[in-house]
Amino acid sequence: MRVTKGGGGASGVEMDMTPMIDMTFQLIAFFMVAINFSEADQNQRIKLPASELAKPADAPLASPITLQLTDGSTVIMGAEEVPVTEIKPLLLREKQLLEAQGTDFKQANIIVRADRDAKTGRVQALIRTAQELGFEKFVLRAMQQRE
Amino acid sequence: MKIRKIGRGEEKIELQMTPMIDIVFQLLAFFIMTFKITVPEGDFNIKMPLAGPSTGAVSEDLPPIKIRLRASANGELATIEFGQRRMGRDFPGLREQIRQMIGDEAGPGGSNLEAELDCDFDLRYEYVVEAITAVSGYITPDGRMGKLIEKIKFAPPRPGQ
Repeated sequence: MRVTKGGGGASGVEMDMTPMIDMTFQLIAFFMVAINFSEADQNQRIKLPASELAKPADAPLASPITLQLTDGSTVIMGAEEVPVTEIKPLLLREKQLLEAQGTDFKQANIIVRADRDAKTGRVQALIRTAQELGFEKFVLRAMQQRE
Repeated sequence: MKIRKIGRGEEKIELQMTPMIDIVFQLLAFFIMTFKITVPEGDFNIKMPLAGPSTGAVSEDLPPIKIRLRASANGELATIEFGQRRMGRDFPGLREQIRQMIGDEAGPGGSNLEAELDCDFDLRYEYVVEAITAVSGYITPDGRMGKLIEKIKFAPPRPGQ
């Protein structure tokens, strides 16, 4: 900041804005690059297991349906949280929705985001329920582990 | 932007910075508010249709490699059983066994074999992902991914509590 004071009672304050604007634009650029809008289906309660082989998918998955299994016995699907035993009606609704859209529901990907402390039996029960409705493609999601 | 021209060749450009700074700070505030640090996630793809009733026809596919994961009472991994071998909690050892079985020494490459994970109900899910990691591949010294078994399925669920 440069302060210039003129004589005769007249005073003028001249502020150099350039560094501030530079910084602000750099911050905006950083946040624009780092922001991720596709996290609607990432519940922060779920602590995913880690794997060094878990790599982000090359292309977006076809008709993804995300099921998030908590370390208790509930599943979060969209905005709803239900016990594992009551997930069938919600999956059936998704299946009917896909059929109404003319999409082959067998090509839909069931994304399983299960908590690392969840019981394997519950994950299997979840997969089995989806299988009984005719879904075939499953994606087990894990956290990318740094080597 | 307001440009004023003063006579006698003297030129002064007055830039109105206030609206620009206003909007820039609004953008900055928006990005800061919506910013969340997320860990990158990856996928393991499993194609697993529900097994239909047996037709009596002999399948030409090789039988799956069975891996049994036993859990202790508190859900921790008790032991890995690979064939007749008990391997404790040695996932790297399991990977080596798989590599030897499918003859991976020549270099990284996928196999047509199928692995079947048979897990106790109470087993913590992170061990299943560790087992899938050990079975499905490895990271080569130059940082690339070597594939082992790509077809993975679960055995029918075991009864739980």
